[in-house]
Amino acid sequence: MIIQQISVFLENRLGTLAEVLATLHNHNINIRAMSVAETADFGILRFIVKHPDAVAKVLREASIAVKITPVLTVVLDDNPGRLLEKIQKLSDAGISIEYFYAFAVVGTEKARIVIKVDALEEAQQLIGSPEHSQVNEEADFYW
Amino acid sequence: MYWNKTIETMEYTEMEHLQSKRLGAVVEYMYRQVPFYRERMQQQGLLPQDVTTLADISKLPFTEKQDMRDSYPYGLFAVPPSEIVRIHASSGTTGKATVVGYTKRDLGIWSEVMARSLTAAGVTNKSFIQIAYGYGLFTGGLGLHYGAELVGASVIPVSSGNTARQISLMVDFGTTALACTPSYALHIADTMKEMGIDPRSTGLKVGIFGAEPWSDNMRSEIENRLNIKTTDIYGLSEIIGPGVACECAVQQGLHLNEDHFYPEIINPQTGQVLGDGEKGELVLTTLTKEGMPMIRYRTRDLTMLTRGTCSCGRTLVKMNKVLGRSDDMLIIRGVNVFPSQVESVLLNLGETSPHYQLIVDRNGHLDTLTVMVEVSDNMFSDEVRRLEMLEKKIQNELASVLKVSAQVRLVAAKTLERSAGKAKRVIDNRKI
Repeated sequence: MIIQQISVFLENRLGTLAEVLATLHNHNINIRAMSVAETADFGILRFIVKHPDAVAKVLREASIAVKITPVLTVVLDDNPGRLLEKIQKLSDAGISIEYFYAFAVVGTEKARIVIKVDALEEAQQLIGSPEHSQVNEEADFYW
Repeated sequence: MYWNKTIETMEYTEMEHLQSKRLGAVVEYMYRQVPFYRERMQQQGLLPQDVTTLADISKLPFTEKQDMRDSYPYGLFAVPPSEIVRIHASSGTTGKATVVGYTKRDLGIWSEVMARSLTAAGVTNKSFIQIAYGYGLFTGGLGLHYGAELVGASVIPVSSGNTARQISLMVDFGTTALACTPSYALHIADTMKEMGIDPRSTGLKVGIFGAEPWSDNMRSEIENRLNIKTTDIYGLSEIIGPGVACECAVQQGLHLNEDHFYPEIINPQTGQVLGDGEKGELVLTTLTKEGMPMIRYRTRDLTMLTRGTCSCGRTLVKMNKVLGRSDDMLIIRGVNVFPSQVESVLLNLGETSPHYQLIVDRNGHLDTLTVMVEVSDNMFSDEVRRLEMLEKKIQNELASVLKVSAQVRLVAAKTLERSAGKAKRVIDNRKI
Protein backbone atom coordinates (compact mmCIF):
# COMPACT_ATOMS: atom_id res chain seq x y z
CA MET A 1 0.00 0.00 0.00
CA ILE A 2 1.24 3.47 -0.87
CA ILE A 3 0.67 5.93 1.94
CA GLN A 4 1.70 9.48 2.76
CA GLN A 5 4.57 9.88 5.17
CA ILE A 6 5.37 13.14 6.95
CA SER A 7 8.96 14.31 7.39
CA VAL A 8 10.09 17.26 9.44
CA PHE A 9 13.42 18.98 9.76
CA LEU A 10 15.17 18.63 13.10
CA GLU A 11 17.87 21.14 13.81
CA ASN A 12 20.87 19.79 15.69
CA ARG A 13 20.03 21.47 18.97
CA LEU A 14 18.88 20.16 22.33
CA GLY A 15 15.13 19.73 22.55
CA THR A 16 14.11 19.94 18.89
CA LEU A 17 12.55 16.48 18.82
CA ALA A 18 10.65 17.27 22.00
CA GLU A 19 9.32 20.48 20.42
CA VAL A 20 7.91 18.63 17.42
CA LEU A 21 6.46 15.86 19.55
CA ALA A 22 4.86 18.41 21.88
CA THR A 23 3.16 20.07 18.91
CA LEU A 24 1.76 16.71 17.84
CA HIS A 25 0.71 15.89 21.38
CA ASN A 26 -1.08 19.22 21.81
CA HIS A 27 -3.22 18.32 18.83
CA ASN A 28 -3.81 14.83 20.07
CA ILE A 29 -2.03 13.26 17.13
CA ASN A 30 -0.93 9.68 17.44
CA ILE A 31 2.19 8.54 15.62
CA ARG A 32 1.78 5.10 14.09
CA ALA A 33 5.37 4.56 13.00
CA MET A 34 8.48 6.66 12.96
CA SER A 35 12.19 6.85 12.36
CA VAL A 36 14.86 9.48 12.75
CA ALA A 37 17.75 9.91 10.33
CA GLU A 38 20.61 11.97 11.60
CA THR A 39 23.83 13.54 10.37
CA ALA A 40 26.37 15.54 12.33
CA ASP A 41 24.47 18.71 11.43
CA PHE A 42 20.77 17.90 11.44
CA GLY A 43 18.13 15.20 11.65
CA ILE A 44 15.02 14.24 9.75
CA LEU A 45 12.04 12.83 11.63
CA ARG A 46 9.82 10.68 9.42
CA PHE A 47 6.50 9.35 10.63
CA ILE A 48 3.13 7.97 9.70
CA VAL A 49 -0.15 9.37 11.00
CA LYS A 50 -3.74 8.78 10.10
CA HIS A 51 -4.50 12.17 8.48
CA PRO A 52 -1.23 13.37 7.00
CA ASP A 53 -2.62 16.52 5.32
CA ALA A 54 -4.26 17.76 8.50
CA VAL A 55 -1.14 17.00 10.53
CA ALA A 56 1.11 18.75 8.01
CA LYS A 57 -1.07 21.83 8.34
CA VAL A 58 -0.75 21.78 12.12
CA LEU A 59 3.03 21.53 11.85
CA ARG A 60 3.31 24.28 9.26
CA GLU A 61 1.28 26.55 11.48
CA ALA A 62 3.91 25.89 14.15
CA SER A 63 6.59 27.02 11.61
CA ILE A 64 8.04 23.57 11.18
CA ALA A 65 9.41 22.62 7.74
CA VAL A 66 7.33 19.67 6.53
CA LYS A 67 7.35 17.41 3.55
CA ILE A 68 4.76 14.83 2.59
CA THR A 69 6.21 11.91 0.66
CA PRO A 70 4.51 8.84 -0.75
CA VAL A 71 6.12 5.68 0.60
CA LEU A 72 5.36 2.01 0.29
CA THR A 73 4.25 0.05 3.29
CA VAL A 74 4.06 -3.71 3.38
CA VAL A 75 2.81 -6.15 6.01
CA LEU A 76 4.97 -9.16 6.66
CA ASP A 77 4.46 -12.30 8.63
CA ASP A 78 6.52 -11.93 11.75
CA ASN A 79 8.95 -14.75 11.12
CA PRO A 80 12.45 -15.25 9.70
CA GLY A 81 13.17 -14.66 6.02
CA ARG A 82 10.09 -12.62 5.14
CA LEU A 83 11.93 -9.33 4.92
CA LEU A 84 14.77 -10.78 2.91
CA GLU A 85 12.28 -12.16 0.40
CA LYS A 86 10.81 -8.69 -0.24
CA ILE A 87 14.06 -6.82 -0.34
CA GLN A 88 15.59 -9.40 -2.67
CA LYS A 89 12.77 -8.79 -5.15
CA LEU A 90 13.48 -5.06 -5.21
CA SER A 91 17.16 -5.68 -5.54
CA ASP A 92 16.64 -8.13 -8.43
CA ALA A 93 14.49 -5.54 -10.19
CA GLY A 94 17.24 -2.94 -9.79
CA ILE A 95 15.20 -0.72 -7.45
CA SER A 96 17.31 1.19 -4.95
CA ILE A 97 16.04 1.85 -1.47
CA GLU A 98 16.43 5.39 -0.26
CA TYR A 99 15.55 4.53 3.33
CA PHE A 100 13.54 2.04 5.23
CA TYR A 101 12.19 1.35 8.69
CA ALA A 102 10.25 -1.47 10.29
CA PHE A 103 8.24 -2.21 13.38
CA ALA A 104 6.27 -5.05 14.84
CA VAL A 105 2.52 -4.63 15.05
CA VAL A 106 1.58 -5.27 18.63
CA GLY A 107 -1.07 -7.91 19.25
CA THR A 108 -0.73 -9.50 15.84
CA GLU A 109 1.68 -11.91 14.27
CA LYS A 110 2.64 -9.28 11.77
CA ALA A 111 5.48 -6.89 11.17
CA ARG A 112 5.29 -3.82 8.97
CA ILE A 113 7.89 -2.05 6.88
CA VAL A 114 7.87 1.45 5.45
CA ILE A 115 10.09 1.83 2.44
CA LYS A 116 11.09 4.77 0.25
CA VAL A 117 12.04 4.06 -3.35
CA ASP A 118 11.91 6.16 -6.48
CA ALA A 119 10.06 3.53 -8.50
CA LEU A 120 7.17 3.43 -6.08
CA GLU A 121 4.52 1.88 -8.33
CA GLU A 122 6.88 -0.77 -9.60
CA ALA A 123 7.90 -1.67 -6.07
CA GLN A 124 4.25 -1.84 -5.10
CA GLN A 125 3.61 -4.32 -7.94
CA LEU A 126 6.56 -6.42 -6.86
CA ILE A 127 6.17 -6.66 -3.13
CA GLY A 128 2.88 -4.95 -2.25
CA SER A 129 -0.08 -6.86 -0.86
CA PRO A 130 -2.81 -7.93 -3.28
CA GLU A 131 -5.36 -5.20 -4.13
CA HIS A 132 -8.35 -6.80 -2.38
CA SER A 133 -6.72 -6.82 1.04
CA GLN A 134 -6.05 -3.07 1.06
CA VAL A 135 -9.20 -2.04 2.86
CA ASN A 136 -8.47 -4.34 5.73
CA GLU A 137 -4.86 -3.45 5.70
CA GLU A 138 -5.63 0.21 6.15
CA ALA A 139 -7.90 -0.41 9.11
CA ASP A 140 -5.28 -2.66 10.56
CA PHE A 141 -2.46 -0.19 9.97
CA TYR A 142 -3.98 2.91 11.46
CA TRP A 143 -5.61 0.93 14.26
CA MET B 1 62.35 59.80 5.43
CA TYR B 2 59.99 61.02 2.73
CA TRP B 3 59.37 59.71 -0.73
CA ASN B 4 58.06 63.01 -2.07
CA LYS B 5 59.12 65.72 0.34
CA THR B 6 57.61 68.59 -1.66
CA ILE B 7 54.11 67.16 -1.50
CA GLU B 8 54.33 65.45 1.87
CA THR B 9 55.43 68.58 3.67
CA MET B 10 53.57 71.12 1.54
CA GLU B 11 52.03 74.16 3.24
CA TYR B 12 48.31 73.80 3.70
CA THR B 13 47.40 76.84 1.55
CA GLU B 14 49.58 75.61 -1.25
CA MET B 15 47.98 72.16 -1.03
CA GLU B 16 44.52 73.74 -1.17
CA HIS B 17 45.52 75.63 -4.25
CA LEU B 18 46.75 72.43 -5.92
CA GLN B 19 43.61 70.56 -4.89
CA SER B 20 41.19 73.18 -6.15
CA LYS B 21 42.98 73.38 -9.50
CA ARG B 22 42.85 69.60 -9.82
CA LEU B 23 39.23 69.41 -8.65
CA GLY B 24 38.07 71.80 -11.36
CA ALA B 25 39.94 69.75 -13.95
CA VAL B 26 38.55 66.38 -12.84
CA VAL B 27 34.97 67.66 -12.71
CA GLU B 28 35.31 69.09 -16.20
CA TYR B 29 36.90 65.81 -17.36
CA MET B 30 34.15 63.65 -15.85
CA TYR B 31 31.43 65.86 -17.33
CA ARG B 32 32.99 65.46 -20.75
CA GLN B 33 33.97 61.78 -20.57
CA VAL B 34 31.37 59.93 -18.49
CA PRO B 35 27.73 60.15 -19.65
CA PHE B 36 26.53 58.71 -16.33
CA TYR B 37 28.20 61.50 -14.41
CA ARG B 38 27.18 64.22 -16.86
CA GLU B 39 23.52 63.21 -16.46
CA ARG B 40 23.92 63.24 -12.70
CA MET B 41 25.22 66.79 -12.81
CA GLN B 42 22.58 67.89 -15.29
CA GLN B 43 19.84 66.52 -13.03
CA GLN B 44 21.12 68.91 -10.38
CA GLY B 45 21.42 71.74 -12.88
CA LEU B 46 25.20 71.80 -12.51
CA LEU B 47 27.86 72.69 -15.03
CA PRO B 48 31.60 72.10 -14.60
CA GLN B 49 32.19 75.85 -14.24
CA ASP B 50 30.00 75.85 -11.13
CA VAL B 51 32.89 74.17 -9.31
CA THR B 52 35.71 76.65 -8.98
CA THR B 53 36.71 76.39 -5.31
CA LEU B 54 37.14 73.45 -2.95
CA ALA B 55 34.03 74.52 -1.05
CA ASP B 56 32.00 74.08 -4.25
CA ILE B 57 32.54 70.34 -4.02
CA SER B 58 29.56 70.05 -1.68
CA LYS B 59 27.28 70.98 -4.60
CA LEU B 60 28.26 67.78 -6.41
CA PRO B 61 26.29 64.56 -6.05
CA PHE B 62 27.78 61.63 -4.17
CA THR B 63 28.84 58.46 -5.94
CA GLU B 64 27.89 55.20 -4.26
CA LYS B 65 28.88 51.57 -4.64
CA GLN B 66 25.43 50.97 -6.10
CA ASP B 67 26.27 53.33 -8.99
CA MET B 68 29.20 51.08 -9.87
CA ARG B 69 26.94 48.07 -9.82
CA ASP B 70 24.36 49.84 -12.02
CA SER B 71 27.03 50.62 -14.57
CA TYR B 72 28.68 47.17 -14.38
CA PRO B 73 31.22 46.49 -15.69
CA TYR B 74 32.66 49.46 -17.60
CA GLY B 75 29.96 52.17 -17.43
CA LEU B 76 32.00 54.51 -15.25
CA PHE B 77 35.22 54.26 -17.22
CA ALA B 78 36.28 57.64 -18.55
CA VAL B 79 38.61 56.43 -21.28
CA PRO B 80 38.29 54.02 -24.22
CA PRO B 81 39.32 50.40 -23.50
CA SER B 82 42.58 50.91 -25.41
CA GLU B 83 43.74 53.24 -22.63
CA ILE B 84 42.96 50.78 -19.82
CA VAL B 85 45.94 48.65 -18.85
CA ARG B 86 44.68 46.99 -15.66
CA ILE B 87 41.37 45.85 -14.23
CA HIS B 88 40.69 45.02 -10.61
CA ALA B 89 37.45 44.08 -8.88
CA SER B 90 36.10 43.89 -5.38
CA SER B 91 32.91 42.47 -3.94
CA GLY B 92 29.71 44.28 -4.73
CA THR B 93 26.84 44.47 -2.28
CA THR B 94 25.10 41.63 -4.12
CA GLY B 95 26.34 39.05 -6.60
CA LYS B 96 28.04 41.43 -9.02
CA ALA B 97 31.56 42.69 -8.42
CA THR B 98 32.66 46.30 -8.44
CA VAL B 99 35.02 46.78 -11.37
CA VAL B 100 37.77 49.39 -11.61
CA GLY B 101 40.10 50.22 -14.50
CA TYR B 102 43.50 51.92 -14.54
CA THR B 103 45.41 53.72 -17.27
CA LYS B 104 49.18 53.56 -17.39
CA ARG B 105 49.29 56.96 -15.68
CA ASP B 106 46.90 55.72 -12.95
CA LEU B 107 49.24 52.83 -12.20
CA GLY B 108 52.02 55.43 -11.90
CA ILE B 109 49.96 57.41 -9.36
CA TRP B 110 49.21 54.25 -7.44
CA SER B 111 52.90 53.29 -7.31
CA GLU B 112 53.74 56.84 -6.18
CA VAL B 113 51.27 56.88 -3.28
CA MET B 114 52.30 53.37 -2.31
CA ALA B 115 55.96 54.38 -2.41
CA ARG B 116 55.17 57.28 -0.05
CA SER B 117 53.30 54.90 2.27
CA LEU B 118 56.05 52.29 2.29
CA THR B 119 58.72 54.92 2.89
CA ALA B 120 56.70 56.28 5.81
CA ALA B 121 56.49 52.71 7.14
CA GLY B 122 60.26 52.35 7.01
CA VAL B 123 60.72 50.41 3.78
CA THR B 124 63.79 51.38 1.73
CA ASN B 125 65.66 50.08 -1.31
CA LYS B 126 67.59 47.81 1.08
CA SER B 127 64.45 46.13 2.39
CA PHE B 128 63.27 42.65 1.52
CA ILE B 129 59.51 42.96 1.48
CA GLN B 130 57.33 39.88 1.61
CA ILE B 131 53.91 40.61 0.16
CA ALA B 132 51.43 38.22 1.71
CA TYR B 133 48.33 40.02 0.50
CA GLY B 134 46.41 38.12 -2.16
CA TYR B 135 47.53 38.78 -5.72
CA GLY B 136 44.81 38.89 -8.33
CA LEU B 137 41.62 40.87 -8.72
CA PHE B 138 42.03 42.09 -5.14
CA THR B 139 44.12 45.28 -5.15
CA GLY B 140 46.17 44.37 -2.05
CA GLY B 141 48.90 42.22 -3.61
CA LEU B 142 49.67 44.14 -6.79
CA GLY B 143 49.22 47.54 -5.12
CA LEU B 144 51.93 46.83 -2.57
CA HIS B 145 54.02 45.12 -5.23
CA TYR B 146 54.29 48.08 -7.60
CA GLY B 147 54.91 50.56 -4.80
CA ALA B 148 57.66 48.40 -3.32
CA GLU B 149 59.33 48.03 -6.70
CA LEU B 150 59.25 51.79 -7.17
CA VAL B 151 60.94 52.22 -3.79
CA GLY B 152 63.53 49.76 -5.00
CA ALA B 153 62.99 47.15 -2.30
CA SER B 154 63.53 43.47 -3.12
CA VAL B 155 60.01 42.21 -3.56
CA ILE B 156 59.03 38.69 -2.53
CA PRO B 157 55.59 38.24 -4.14
CA VAL B 158 54.47 35.23 -2.13
CA SER B 159 50.73 36.15 -2.06
CA SER B 160 48.44 34.91 0.72
CA GLY B 161 48.15 31.47 2.31
CA ASN B 162 50.43 28.54 3.11
CA THR B 163 51.70 29.98 6.36
CA ALA B 164 54.45 27.46 7.04
CA ARG B 165 55.96 28.23 3.65
CA GLN B 166 55.63 31.97 4.29
CA ILE B 167 57.69 31.52 7.43
CA SER B 168 60.35 29.35 5.79
CA LEU B 169 60.76 31.96 3.05
CA MET B 170 60.90 34.70 5.65
CA VAL B 171 63.79 32.95 7.36
CA ASP B 172 65.64 31.84 4.20
CA PHE B 173 65.25 35.06 2.22
CA GLY B 174 65.91 37.40 5.13
CA THR B 175 62.59 39.23 4.88
CA THR B 176 62.72 42.60 6.65
CA ALA B 177 59.22 43.90 5.87
CA LEU B 178 55.93 42.02 5.92
CA ALA B 179 52.76 43.21 4.21
CA CYS B 180 49.48 41.43 4.97
CA THR B 181 46.29 41.77 7.00
CA PRO B 182 46.87 42.30 10.74
CA SER B 183 44.97 39.13 11.64
CA TYR B 184 47.19 37.16 9.28
CA ALA B 185 50.26 38.69 10.94
CA LEU B 186 49.04 37.26 14.24
CA HIS B 187 48.38 33.93 12.60
CA ILE B 188 51.96 33.98 11.34
CA ALA B 189 53.12 34.66 14.91
CA ASP B 190 51.08 31.68 16.16
CA THR B 191 52.47 29.42 13.46
CA MET B 192 56.04 30.54 14.15
CA LYS B 193 55.54 29.54 17.74
CA GLU B 194 54.24 26.10 16.72
CA MET B 195 57.21 25.69 14.39
CA GLY B 196 59.57 26.68 17.19
CA ILE B 197 60.88 29.72 15.32
CA ASP B 198 61.73 32.80 17.34
CA PRO B 199 60.66 35.95 15.43
CA ARG B 200 63.74 37.65 16.93
CA SER B 201 65.92 35.25 14.96
CA THR B 202 64.50 36.55 11.67
CA GLY B 203 65.37 39.85 10.02
CA LEU B 204 61.80 41.15 10.32
CA LYS B 205 61.67 44.85 11.25
CA VAL B 206 58.49 46.39 9.92
CA GLY B 207 54.95 45.38 9.08
CA ILE B 208 52.55 47.14 6.73
CA PHE B 209 49.11 45.96 7.69
CA GLY B 210 45.68 46.85 6.39
CA ALA B 211 42.55 45.76 4.53
CA GLU B 212 40.70 45.23 7.80
CA PRO B 213 40.12 47.17 11.03
CA TRP B 214 42.51 46.55 13.90
CA SER B 215 42.72 48.03 17.34
CA ASP B 216 45.64 49.48 19.27
CA ASN B 217 45.60 46.35 21.45
CA MET B 218 46.04 44.21 18.40
CA ARG B 219 48.88 46.47 17.32
CA SER B 220 50.72 46.02 20.62
CA GLU B 221 50.23 42.29 20.44
CA ILE B 222 51.64 42.06 16.91
CA GLU B 223 54.55 44.39 17.72
CA ASN B 224 55.45 42.45 20.85
CA ARG B 225 55.13 39.02 19.40
CA LEU B 226 56.88 39.66 16.09
CA ASN B 227 59.25 42.28 17.50
CA ILE B 228 58.50 44.74 14.71
CA LYS B 229 57.19 48.23 14.13
CA THR B 230 53.79 48.25 12.44
CA THR B 231 51.95 50.76 10.28
CA ASP B 232 48.33 50.85 9.27
CA ILE B 233 47.66 51.28 5.58
CA TYR B 234 44.30 52.30 4.16
CA GLY B 235 42.76 52.14 0.74
CA LEU B 236 39.90 50.86 -1.34
CA SER B 237 39.79 49.65 -4.90
CA GLU B 238 37.06 52.12 -5.88
CA ILE B 239 39.55 54.93 -5.22
CA ILE B 240 42.80 53.20 -6.21
CA GLY B 241 43.59 50.39 -3.77
CA PRO B 242 46.01 50.46 -0.81
CA GLY B 243 47.97 53.69 -0.53
CA VAL B 244 45.14 56.18 -0.11
CA ALA B 245 46.53 56.81 3.38
CA CYS B 246 49.24 55.33 5.56
CA GLU B 247 50.66 55.84 9.04
CA CYS B 248 54.12 57.19 9.66
CA ALA B 249 56.43 56.09 12.48
CA VAL B 250 54.50 58.32 14.91
CA GLN B 251 51.53 55.91 14.66
CA GLN B 252 48.94 58.57 15.37
CA GLY B 253 46.68 58.66 12.36
CA LEU B 254 47.17 57.90 8.70
CA HIS B 255 48.55 60.56 6.35
CA LEU B 256 46.11 60.84 3.49
CA ASN B 257 47.61 61.47 0.06
CA GLU B 258 45.35 64.47 -0.39
CA ASP B 259 47.05 65.80 -3.50
CA HIS B 260 45.52 62.79 -5.29
CA PHE B 261 42.50 61.98 -3.11
CA TYR B 262 40.46 64.82 -1.67
CA PRO B 263 38.82 63.83 1.61
CA GLU B 264 35.61 65.05 3.22
CA ILE B 265 33.84 63.83 6.32
CA ILE B 266 30.06 63.77 6.18
CA ASN B 267 27.19 62.89 8.43
CA PRO B 268 26.18 59.51 6.93
CA GLN B 269 22.50 60.16 7.61
CA THR B 270 22.15 63.68 6.22
CA GLY B 271 25.10 63.90 3.83
CA GLN B 272 26.07 67.20 5.47
CA VAL B 273 29.80 68.00 5.41
CA LEU B 274 31.45 67.99 8.85
CA GLY B 275 34.54 69.80 10.00
CA ASP B 276 37.99 68.56 11.00
CA GLY B 277 37.93 66.62 14.24
CA GLU B 278 34.34 65.54 13.76
CA LYS B 279 33.54 61.87 13.42
CA GLY B 280 31.67 60.81 10.31
CA GLU B 281 31.87 58.96 7.02
CA LEU B 282 34.88 59.45 4.78
CA VAL B 283 34.06 60.66 1.27
CA LEU B 284 36.85 60.70 -1.32
CA THR B 285 37.30 62.41 -4.66
CA THR B 286 40.12 61.32 -6.94
CA LEU B 287 41.86 64.43 -8.24
CA THR B 288 44.24 62.94 -10.78
CA LYS B 289 42.95 59.56 -11.96
CA GLU B 290 42.08 59.07 -15.63
CA GLY B 291 40.67 55.57 -16.05
CA MET B 292 37.87 55.76 -13.56
CA PRO B 293 37.86 58.92 -11.50
CA MET B 294 35.47 59.08 -8.56
CA ILE B 295 33.70 62.20 -7.42
CA ARG B 296 32.59 62.22 -3.79
CA TYR B 297 32.69 58.46 -3.38
CA ARG B 298 31.04 57.37 -0.16
CA THR B 299 33.50 54.94 1.42
CA ARG B 300 31.13 54.02 4.31
CA ASP B 301 34.20 54.02 6.55
CA LEU B 302 33.79 56.03 9.75
CA THR B 303 36.73 58.15 10.82
CA MET B 304 37.77 61.77 11.39
CA LEU B 305 40.35 64.12 9.92
CA THR B 306 42.97 66.21 11.71
CA ARG B 307 45.24 68.87 10.29
CA GLY B 308 48.55 70.21 11.46
CA THR B 309 52.19 69.34 11.12
CA CYS B 310 52.88 65.83 12.37
CA SER B 311 56.01 65.25 14.44
CA CYS B 312 57.30 63.27 11.46
CA GLY B 313 57.26 66.56 9.55
CA ARG B 314 54.46 65.66 7.18
CA THR B 315 51.66 68.15 6.69
CA LEU B 316 49.34 65.79 4.82
CA VAL B 317 45.95 65.64 6.54
CA LYS B 318 45.60 62.69 8.90
CA MET B 319 42.66 60.33 9.18
CA ASN B 320 42.07 58.25 12.28
CA LYS B 321 42.23 54.49 12.17
CA VAL B 322 38.87 53.50 10.71
CA LEU B 323 36.38 53.31 13.57
CA GLY B 324 33.66 51.31 11.86
CA ARG B 325 31.26 51.28 8.96
CA SER B 326 28.12 53.20 8.16
CA ASP B 327 26.70 50.16 6.36
CA ASP B 328 26.53 46.45 7.16
CA MET B 329 29.72 45.44 5.36
CA LEU B 330 31.90 42.93 7.19
CA ILE B 331 35.59 42.41 6.64
CA ILE B 332 36.47 38.75 6.97
CA ARG B 333 40.10 37.75 6.52
CA GLY B 334 40.60 41.02 4.63
CA VAL B 335 37.70 40.30 2.26
CA ASN B 336 34.68 42.58 2.13
CA VAL B 337 31.43 40.72 2.72
CA PHE B 338 27.92 42.10 2.54
CA PRO B 339 24.98 40.20 4.07
CA SER B 340 23.05 41.01 0.88
CA GLN B 341 25.48 38.81 -1.06
CA VAL B 342 24.34 35.83 1.01
CA GLU B 343 20.75 36.76 0.28
CA SER B 344 21.42 36.88 -3.46
CA VAL B 345 22.96 33.40 -3.33
CA LEU B 346 19.92 31.98 -1.58
CA LEU B 347 17.54 33.77 -3.96
CA ASN B 348 19.45 32.31 -6.90
CA LEU B 349 18.98 28.86 -5.43
CA GLY B 350 15.23 29.37 -5.62
CA GLU B 351 14.56 30.53 -2.08
CA THR B 352 11.80 33.13 -2.26
CA SER B 353 12.27 34.83 1.08
CA PRO B 354 15.42 33.43 2.64
CA HIS B 355 16.07 33.75 6.34
CA TYR B 356 19.72 33.63 7.19
CA GLN B 357 22.27 34.92 9.63
CA LEU B 358 25.99 35.45 9.39
CA ILE B 359 28.00 34.52 12.46
CA VAL B 360 31.54 35.81 12.49
CA ASP B 361 34.03 34.50 15.00
CA ARG B 362 37.73 34.73 15.50
CA ASN B 363 39.24 31.31 15.97
CA GLY B 364 42.76 31.89 17.26
CA HIS B 365 43.60 34.81 15.00
CA LEU B 366 41.68 33.77 11.93
CA ASP B 367 38.16 34.89 11.17
CA THR B 368 35.53 32.26 10.54
CA LEU B 369 32.16 32.76 8.92
CA THR B 370 29.19 30.54 9.54
CA VAL B 371 26.00 31.12 7.60
CA MET B 372 22.88 29.82 9.30
CA VAL B 373 20.05 29.18 6.86
CA GLU B 374 16.50 28.49 7.97
CA VAL B 375 15.09 25.45 6.23
CA SER B 376 11.82 26.32 4.56
CA ASP B 377 9.25 23.83 3.27
CA ASN B 378 10.46 24.11 -0.30
CA MET B 379 14.12 23.53 0.60
CA PHE B 380 13.35 20.62 2.85
CA SER B 381 13.58 17.00 1.76
CA ASP B 382 12.87 13.72 3.51
CA GLU B 383 16.20 12.45 2.19
CA VAL B 384 19.44 13.12 4.08
CA ARG B 385 21.36 12.97 0.83
CA ARG B 386 19.37 15.83 -0.71
CA LEU B 387 19.69 18.06 2.32
CA GLU B 388 23.42 17.43 2.42
CA MET B 389 23.63 18.25 -1.27
CA LEU B 390 21.73 21.47 -0.65
CA GLU B 391 24.07 22.39 2.18
CA LYS B 392 27.08 21.74 -0.04
CA LYS B 393 25.57 23.71 -2.90
CA ILE B 394 24.93 26.76 -0.73
CA GLN B 395 28.46 26.46 0.64
CA ASN B 396 30.01 26.32 -2.85
CA GLU B 397 27.92 29.21 -4.15
CA LEU B 398 28.82 31.31 -1.12
CA ALA B 399 32.51 30.60 -1.53
CA SER B 400 32.36 31.64 -5.18
CA VAL B 401 30.38 34.84 -4.54
CA LEU B 402 31.95 35.94 -1.25
CA LYS B 403 35.52 34.94 -2.14
CA VAL B 404 35.88 33.68 1.40
CA SER B 405 34.84 30.25 2.66
CA ALA B 406 31.79 29.91 4.85
CA GLN B 407 30.43 27.03 6.87
CA VAL B 408 26.72 26.49 6.19
CA ARG B 409 24.38 25.28 8.93
CA LEU B 410 20.77 24.43 8.26
CA VAL B 411 18.51 25.43 11.12
CA ALA B 412 14.81 25.07 11.80
CA ALA B 413 12.40 27.69 10.47
CA LYS B 414 11.70 30.74 12.66
CA THR B 415 14.64 30.04 14.96
CA LEU B 416 16.96 32.84 13.87
CA GLU B 417 16.73 35.91 16.00
CA ARG B 418 14.49 38.69 14.77
CA SER B 419 14.39 41.97 16.56
CA ALA B 420 11.13 43.90 16.28
CA GLY B 421 10.15 41.76 13.30
CA LYS B 422 13.31 42.73 11.44
CA ALA B 423 15.82 40.00 10.79
CA LYS B 424 19.11 40.26 12.60
CA ARG B 425 21.50 39.42 9.79
CA VAL B 426 24.86 39.54 11.48
CA ILE B 427 26.33 38.40 14.76
CA ASP B 428 29.95 39.46 14.98
CA ASN B 429 31.63 37.82 17.95
CA ARG B 430 35.10 39.10 17.14
CA LYS B 431 36.80 41.25 19.71
CA ILE B 432 39.01 43.49 17.63
